[in-house]
Amino acid sequence: MNPTYAHMLQQEVPLSWYLLLSAVLFCLGVLGFLIKRNLITVFMSIELMLNGVNLSFVTFAHQWHAVKGQIFVFFVMVVAAAEAAVGLAIIIAIFRARATLAVDRIDLMKL
Amino acid sequence: MHLIFFIVFAGLCLAGAVNLLLQSHPIASALSLIVVMVSLAVLYLLLGAEFLAAAQVIVYAGAIMVLFTFVVMLLNAGREERTRGSHVARLVGFPSVAVILGIIATVILKAQGLGSAGLAGLSGEKGHTNIEELSTVLFTKLLLPFEVTSVLILIAILGAVALARHGDGEGMHGK
Repeated sequence: MNPTYAHMLQQEVPLSWYLLLSAVLFCLGVLGFLIKRNLITVFMSIELMLNGVNLSFVTFAHQWHAVKGQIFVFFVMVVAAAEAAVGLAIIIAIFRARATLAVDRIDLMKL
Repeated sequence: MHLIFFIVFAGLCLAGAVNLLLQSHPIASALSLIVVMVSLAVLYLLLGAEFLAAAQVIVYAGAIMVLFTFVVMLLNAGREERTRGSHVARLVGFPSVAVILGIIATVILKAQGLGSAGLAGLSGEKGHTNIEELSTVLFTKLLLPFEVTSVLILIAILGAVALARHGDGEGMHGK
């Protein structure tokens, strides 16, 4: 086997890369929240933010060999599931009342 | 091996997230979000969190995304119309996203003592698996929060049924 290739197989990944990935995922979620104009995709962006935060929790749990971080991710998943159920029910109720999913037309509570 | 897996699945993850933003059809966004979640599950596995990897696939990529695709199809959500968006988003939102990302990135890159993850950490030490430890803590120390989450889920289900039920009490006069 080529020695550089064998070296690459054993290479470890610095945890800062995982943390950077999680920060980028979170910021992409915020960007999606700002630029998406469909109620459902705005909601998906929130899920993307939650996933980015979960990744940093798991990374720190690995760093300190502590299992508490993973348990926190478990609780975040439970809350995300509850949030998705209630949020999608609200979206269905809004669609029934307004017959649209465009956030520009659902601006009754906007200042 | 770890490096290769990380590069492949982190790349998939980022591609899925960017694709979520670029697609104008909600169902395409939902499918790219599934790609993000499955590749995150592989990253959890690389970090030695087997239980969370399984839960990620079952709960997120399974249950939650099925709910999303179900609602997209139920409401027959079409192509979104691109508008200019709000002024607040353009003037405050985008700069603050850039600032937050910059601050987090500099803090992470300057941080000392952050370790690295290799395949050695995957096998677990002394035959003591991660799931054993996790369940011990979850069902002894954190039993009350665990039970409270079940109540939370129950309330969320009841709330979702009450919200999504047709008529919402007004159309119930006939019964």
